[in-house]
Amino acid sequence: MHLKRMIALGATAGLLAIANPAWAAEIEVKIDNFTFNPQQVTVKAGDTVVWVNHDDIPHTVTSKTLAFRSKAMDTDDKFSFTFAKPGTFPYFCSLHPHMTGSIVVEAAAGK
Amino acid sequence: MTDRDEGPNRRKVLECMTWAGTGVLWTIAGGVPHSLGIVDEALAAEAKGLTFLQISDSHVGFDKPANPNAKGTLEEAIGRIKAIPVKPAFMIHTGDITHLSKDKEFDDADKIISEARLDVHYVPGEHDILDPDVKFYRERYGRGALGSGYYSFDANGVHFMGLVNVANLKGGGMGSLGREQLEWIERDLAGRSASTPIVVFAHIPLWTVYPQWGWGTEDGAQALGHLKRFGSVTVLNGHIHQVMQKVEGNVTFHTARSTAFPQPAPGAAPSPGPMKVPDDKLRGMLGTASITFKQGEQRLAIIDTPLQN
Repeated sequence: MHLKRMIALGATAGLLAIANPAWAAEIEVKIDNFTFNPQQVTVKAGDTVVWVNHDDIPHTVTSKTLAFRSKAMDTDDKFSFTFAKPGTFPYFCSLHPHMTGSIVVEAAAGK
Repeated sequence: MTDRDEGPNRRKVLECMTWAGTGVLWTIAGGVPHSLGIVDEALAAEAKGLTFLQISDSHVGFDKPANPNAKGTLEEAIGRIKAIPVKPAFMIHTGDITHLSKDKEFDDADKIISEARLDVHYVPGEHDILDPDVKFYRERYGRGALGSGYYSFDANGVHFMGLVNVANLKGGGMGSLGREQLEWIERDLAGRSASTPIVVFAHIPLWTVYPQWGWGTEDGAQALGHLKRFGSVTVLNGHIHQVMQKVEGNVTFHTARSTAFPQPAPGAAPSPGPMKVPDDKLRGMLGTASITFKQGEQRLAIIDTPLQN
């Protein structure tokens, strides 16, 4: 990621516009043993969070405000969501609601 | 159930289970457990009352290491049910019929369970309502039910209530019945004689078994409040894939085994996920339950039978 950012910084203004997605990071949250790991993640606006279910039981990723909502994810299934705006996004598994987590989205640098 | 049967002593009498042969059979009188006798005697006596079966957590479609053939063990369970000498009145299924709410999984489950040639009263588990519109469960089993799929019916003077505590769950919480269903429970019970035996069945335990794993129903106590005045209340659940029982006043809580895979005892593992046991131990941890009321004795007996001893 840092490498990508440096390349983007080094690019010409024109290229920078095209390469803008390279600023966005992809952050993984593992679902393991009925927990979201890490339980709280801080990302920048524009970043994408990818949840991967490693359990033998399906889970969902459901935002408390329904800002995002996955289908039931079977073993090894993934769900991703790109956080465009800053804010705190608590979520849970709608099948096992004692499983909770949150994504904290900070404003992207330079914006 | 006639009113003359009612009396303060009889109200205290609840009959449950103890280990005997292939099943568990307890007697509890005034809160003190006694052995009722061997299963054969109980089965002979059962012919005079109402006997129904409970099957739970068949998870058709599950193929992970804890049991690569959940369909096969459901077939075995139904095979054993077919072999019971005294035909039960009907069967209840306390949810998680399928693993992923797929049409094919419901089809397979139907095909196998219908082999028992018994009426089946279902309530959904969280694994049965995974499709966005809950279409598959609703169309197969939810016709005539209210709200998220709850309903009641009567058999041999016993009032049965099938509840749904797996829908619209809130983050950080446990199972939930919701306001609308609680109001219906109150209405459904209004005007019924306190001597009417009540059987409540739902997927997630209605009492708090282990909140750290979400094993409980956050508004279960409110439902039980409406049941307080009844002399005999039996609450049958699944979800936790193991036999667990509690008796509190006139209420007996009981959970049935799964036919698919065992789950660990509360807190005994990092998570409540499927528990892998040696192959020769698996069938001893799967099974079904049979529940009997003997009219005129206000007696309830629950026999848990594993697929293999």
